[in-house]
Amino acid sequence: MAPAGSACRGLSANAAQRPQGKNNGKRGDGMNDIWRMIGQRLLLGVLTLFIISVVIFGATELLPGDLARELLGQSATEETLAALREQLGLNDPAPLRYWNWLTGVLQGDFGVSMATQKPISELVGTRLGNTLFLALYAAALSVPLSLLLGVLAALWRNSIFDRASNALALTAISFPEFFVAYILVLWLAQTGIFPSMVRITSATTTGDLLYSAFLPALTLTLVVTAHMMRMTRAAIINLLASPYIEMARLKGMSPMRVVLRHAVPNALAPIINVVALNLAYLITGVVVVEVVFVYPGLGQLMIDAVTNRDIAVVQAIALIFAAAYVLLNLLADVLSTITNPRLMHRK
Amino acid sequence: MTILLSIFIGLGLFFLVGFAGRTALHAAAPAHHKPMFRDMPLTASFGLAVIAIYVVVAILAPVIAPFGEGQVLGAAYQPWAAPHYLGTDKLGRDMLTRLIYGARNTVGIAFATTALAFVLGSVLGIWAALVGGRLDQWMSRFVDALMAIPALIFSLLLLTIFGTSVLTLILVIAAVDATRVYRLARSVAQGIVVMDYIEAARLRGEGMWRLIRREILPNAMAPLVAEFGLRFCFVFLSISALSFLGLGIKPPTADWGSMVRENATLITFGDITPLLPAGAIALLTVAVNFVVDWQLHRASGLKE
Amino acid sequence: MTNTMTPRGMTRRGMLKSGMAMTAAGLILPTGMAMAQSEPKKGGVFRIGLGHGSTTDSYDPGLWDQLYVQTFAAARVNYLIEIAADGNLAPELAESWDSTDGATWVFKIREGVSFHSGKPMTPDDVVASLNHHRGDASTSAVKPFFDPVTDIKVDGQNVVVTLNAANADFPYLMSDYHLPILPSAEGKIDPTTTDGTGGYIVESYEPGVQATMNRNPNYWKADRAHFDQIIILTILDPAARLNALMTGEVDLIDQVDPAAIALLESRGVSKILSVSGNAHYVFPMDARTAPFNDNNVRLALKYAFDRQELVDKILAGHGSVANDNPIGPANRYYFAEMEAKTYDPDKAKFHLKEAGMDTLEVTLSAANAAFSGAVDAAVLMSEKAAAAGITINVDRVPDDGYWDNVWMKKPFCASYWGGRPVEDQMFTTAYVSGAEWNESFWSNESFDKLLVAARSELDDTKRREMYQEMQRLVSFEGSTIIPMYNNYVMAVANSVSTPEKISANWNLDGFRCVERWWFA
Repeated sequence: MAPAGSACRGLSANAAQRPQGKNNGKRGDGMNDIWRMIGQRLLLGVLTLFIISVVIFGATELLPGDLARELLGQSATEETLAALREQLGLNDPAPLRYWNWLTGVLQGDFGVSMATQKPISELVGTRLGNTLFLALYAAALSVPLSLLLGVLAALWRNSIFDRASNALALTAISFPEFFVAYILVLWLAQTGIFPSMVRITSATTTGDLLYSAFLPALTLTLVVTAHMMRMTRAAIINLLASPYIEMARLKGMSPMRVVLRHAVPNALAPIINVVALNLAYLITGVVVVEVVFVYPGLGQLMIDAVTNRDIAVVQAIALIFAAAYVLLNLLADVLSTITNPRLMHRK
Repeated sequence: MTILLSIFIGLGLFFLVGFAGRTALHAAAPAHHKPMFRDMPLTASFGLAVIAIYVVVAILAPVIAPFGEGQVLGAAYQPWAAPHYLGTDKLGRDMLTRLIYGARNTVGIAFATTALAFVLGSVLGIWAALVGGRLDQWMSRFVDALMAIPALIFSLLLLTIFGTSVLTLILVIAAVDATRVYRLARSVAQGIVVMDYIEAARLRGEGMWRLIRREILPNAMAPLVAEFGLRFCFVFLSISALSFLGLGIKPPTADWGSMVRENATLITFGDITPLLPAGAIALLTVAVNFVVDWQLHRASGLKE
Repeated sequence: MTNTMTPRGMTRRGMLKSGMAMTAAGLILPTGMAMAQSEPKKGGVFRIGLGHGSTTDSYDPGLWDQLYVQTFAAARVNYLIEIAADGNLAPELAESWDSTDGATWVFKIREGVSFHSGKPMTPDDVVASLNHHRGDASTSAVKPFFDPVTDIKVDGQNVVVTLNAANADFPYLMSDYHLPILPSAEGKIDPTTTDGTGGYIVESYEPGVQATMNRNPNYWKADRAHFDQIIILTILDPAARLNALMTGEVDLIDQVDPAAIALLESRGVSKILSVSGNAHYVFPMDARTAPFNDNNVRLALKYAFDRQELVDKILAGHGSVANDNPIGPANRYYFAEMEAKTYDPDKAKFHLKEAGMDTLEVTLSAANAAFSGAVDAAVLMSEKAAAAGITINVDRVPDDGYWDNVWMKKPFCASYWGGRPVEDQMFTTAYVSGAEWNESFWSNESFDKLLVAARSELDDTKRREMYQEMQRLVSFEGSTIIPMYNNYVMAVANSVSTPEKISANWNLDGFRCVERWWFA
C-alpha cells in the first residue's frame, strides 16, 4: 500500500515543471514569488486540514459502534452504556460535537482523549517524537543511498549494474513491508546482531536507539529506496536527450561530468519532490513496521484510536499527518524553485 | 552456496526466457513491427514473456491447476512431494493450485482496480486541467486533502464502513489510487492544454470529451503508462497490508497478497513457503516495469 | 493472524461472557519434558510479551477487558478471593466468608495488609472498591453483578453484602478481575490510582506499550511474587512475539500461532504450555429464522463437518473435540457418554431430507475477532459440508466492529466462550430462553423447566441426570454448533519454572503467572 503516492508525484512534479517555469518568466523577482507561493500554499494547507478534519470526523462517525461500546466491550448493558455515553458527552448530536472540537482546536486546545482522559498533547507528544526519529533515521539511510544508486544507474544506463539495481529495487518494493521486516529479523536479529524489537524507556540513550531501531529503519529504507532511485535515474535520463547535454558531450566532457554538472542540477526538482513524498510516507505510513518492531509511533496510536472510536485522538493524528504532508510538499516546491537554474540565474 | 546456485539458475532462466520471448515476438509480429522487436532489450522481452505466461496461467487456471481452488486435500503443511509439488497450506489445500488460482484472482483484481483508478483519475484530472478555474481549484484541493490522509488508514476506514466484498475492495483501492492518478494526469495535462494545437482544436469546436480522448490523452500517455506499471503492482501490496490489519479478500478465494500474510510467520523459522506468493508478486512487478521502462525509453527518443 | 490488530482480541467480550473458574485443569507438556520441580527461587526480571494491549487501556478496573490489563492488575492488586490452581476458591484479602441463607454474605477482611503507599487496607476500602461498580452512575462492565445487591456495609473487620435473593455462587463473583481492592478516601476509590496491595509496585506504565513493576518489599504473601521486576510488553504481531521469545527479548508469550508450535518446539529455546479447560468455540445459528428454525437443518449442519479436522488444523491439536456441548470435561456433570457426532454426510443428507430439502445454502459470517482461526474454521466446515449437499458461503467480515454488527445480528456467525465452572451459570447465561447472551435465540420449554428444577434438586444422582438431559437437549436440539474445546497455549523460555498445576481459570495461570512462577 505504502509507497504508492511517491512514484506518481515524482513524475507529476517532472511534468509540472514546464508550466511553472513559464509562469515564473512573466512575474517579477524570484524570491518574492517564492514568498507569495509559501503564503498561498499555507492558506491552502489550512483549507486542506479543514477538509480532512471533516472527512475523518464523518468517516469515524459512520463506523459502527461508538467509544462507550468499545470501552465496555460486549458485557455492556444498555444502562451502563447510557451512563458512560453521558459521562463522555457522546449524546450530543454529531455536528455539535464537531463544532465543539473545532472551536477548541482553533483556540489551540486539542482536547483530551475521551478514552483515557489524558490531554492529547501528552498522548501524542512522545509518539510524535518517536515517529520523527524513525522517519529521519530511515531518511538518513535511504536518501543518500537512493541518490547515489540513481545517479550511477543513469550514468551507467543499460549496464549490468543499472539492470541489476533496477530489478533488485523493484523486487524490494514488491514485497510487503511486514515480509521484508520478517526476513531482516530472520537474518539479522535471530543471529543476534540486532534486537528484534525496539524498547524505548526513560533510560534509552540516542546511541541505544540508533542501534535498536536499525532494523525498522533498514526495512523502511528498502521500501522507499526503490522509488527515489528510479525517479532519480528517470529524471536524469530524461534530460540526457536535451540539446544542451548533447552540446556538453560534444565538447568532450566526460560522462561523469556531464551527468553531475549539467544533468543533476536540472533534474533536482522532480528528485526533491519524490524525496519529499517519501519523507511524508515515512512519517505517515509506517504503521505496519511499527507493529512488527513494537515501535511506539503515531501509526499504532491512530489505529488504536480508530478501533476505539476515540475521535479526538484520530483527528489530532490525522491533522499531524496531513500537516506533515502539506509542509513537506511545500518545502519540496520551494526547494525545487530555488534550485531551478533557469529561475535563479535569470537576468 | 545455495544462494549462488539460485542466482546462477535465475540468470540462466532470465536469458532463456528473454531470448525465447524475443524470438517468438519477432517471428509473430507483423512485418512493420519487426524492427521494434529486433531492437528490444532482453529485459523487455523477458518482461513480456513473463506477463504472457501469467496471463495464460490466469486464463487457464481451472485447466492447469491439479486440484480445486478451495479443495481441502489432507493434512496441513505437507512437504514438497507429489502429488502436492509445493506442499499444502495450513488448511491442507494444495499450494501449487492456490498459487495458480491466485494468479487469476490477484491479477484480475489488480487489473480491474488499476484500470478503474486510471479511467477515473485521468479523465477527471485532464478535465480539471482543461476547464481550469474554480472547478479545478475545488477538485484539486479536495484531492489534495484526501491524499494527505495515509492511504492504508483511509482504506481501513472505508472498508470497515462499506464491508469487504471483492467489489468494495476494488472500489476502495481504486478510489484511493485515483487521487494519485488525478494529480499526475492533471499536472501532465496542464502542460499540454496551453499548447497551440489544443487551442486550435478548441477553435475548431471540438467537444470536451473529444479533446480529452483525441488530443490530450495520446500526448499524456508516457507518464501515465509508467505510473500504471507501478500502481498495478501496488494493488497486491495494498491487499496484503489490509490483510495484515484483518481485512482482505473473502475466503476461500486465493490471492497472493493474503497468502503472503497467512504464511508469513513461517519465514521466522526459515521456511520459504511464504516466499512463493511473494516471489510471484515480485516477478510480475519486475516484468511489468521492465516493459514500462522499455516503452518509456522508446518514447524518450534517447538512442543508446 | 489477522487477529493482531484487534487489541481486544480474544477476551474482548469481558468477564461475563467467560468462565470465572474451572474446577479442574489439565496441563499438557511436550513429551519427554518433565516439569521442573524446584523450590521457588527469588530474583530475575520476568518479561512478558502479550498480543493484547491498547493505548486506550486505563487504570479504571470497571473497564478492564483483556489479557494485558488483567495480567498487569494481577501483579499490582489483590482481590477478596483467589481461584486456586485447582479451581477451588482460596482466601486472598478476605480471610474467610460465610453465609447462613445464601442471601447475606459476610467476608472477614484480612488485617495487617498495606497498600504500596503505606496506607493500611481496611474494610472501608473494600466497600468503596465494590461500590465503584454499583449504582446508576457506575460505568463498570460488571455492574450487572451488583444488580441483586441491596446493601454493602462494614461490620467491624467484616464486610457484609446483602442480596435480594439467595445466590450460592456469589463468592465466585468476588474473585472477578474487575473487583480489585483499591485505597479509598471518603467512601470512594480513585479509579485512576496506581496503588494496590499486590506483589509489585508500578514503576512506569505506558498504555499499549509497556509496564515496568518492581517487587513490593512489604508484600503480605511471603511465598509469592518471586521476581525482582516484571515487564509486560504489548506485542500485537504474532510473528514479532515469536521472534521476541526466540531472540530472548521476552520470557513468556501468549497466543502462539498454531502453525508455529511444532517449529518453536524443535528450536529447543522454549517450552509450550498448553492448558485445557472448558473454553470453547461456537457457531450460533439464529433459531428464530429460516432455515435454522428447523432442528433437522441444524442437525444436518452438525453432522456436515469434521470436528477432529478443526482440532488438528485450527488448534494444531491443542484442544479437544466438543459435541455441541457447552459443558466441558472439567465440569462436574459433564456428559461424556453422550452419543458422539462424527462427520457423516449421509446422516446430514438424511436430516436435510427430513426437513424437506435436497440442498441447503447458508451464509456463515466470521472474523478472527470471534476467535483466532475463525475464518479458517468456517472455510474447513464449508469444504466438508459440500459433500452433504450443503453450501456454506463464508462471509469474512471485518474484525473491527464484529461484536456490534455481526454477533447476534447475523443468522449464522462465529463466537467463543470461556466456559463456566458451574453448569447452571453456563446455561443461564447463554441457553435459557431470553437470556441476554442467548446468542442463538434458542428457546426450549423442557430445557427451561429442567434448569429451574435442577437448581433446587438436592439428590446428586437426579441432579446429574437432569444436567445430562439438558446437555443432550442443547447438543441434539440446540441451535449452537460447538466443534471444539480450545486450550490456553503459551510459550515460555526454558529458564522459567511453574508450579506443577497451572490454573485453567483464564490464561497465564489465571493471570497469576506474575506471582506464582519463578526462574529456575
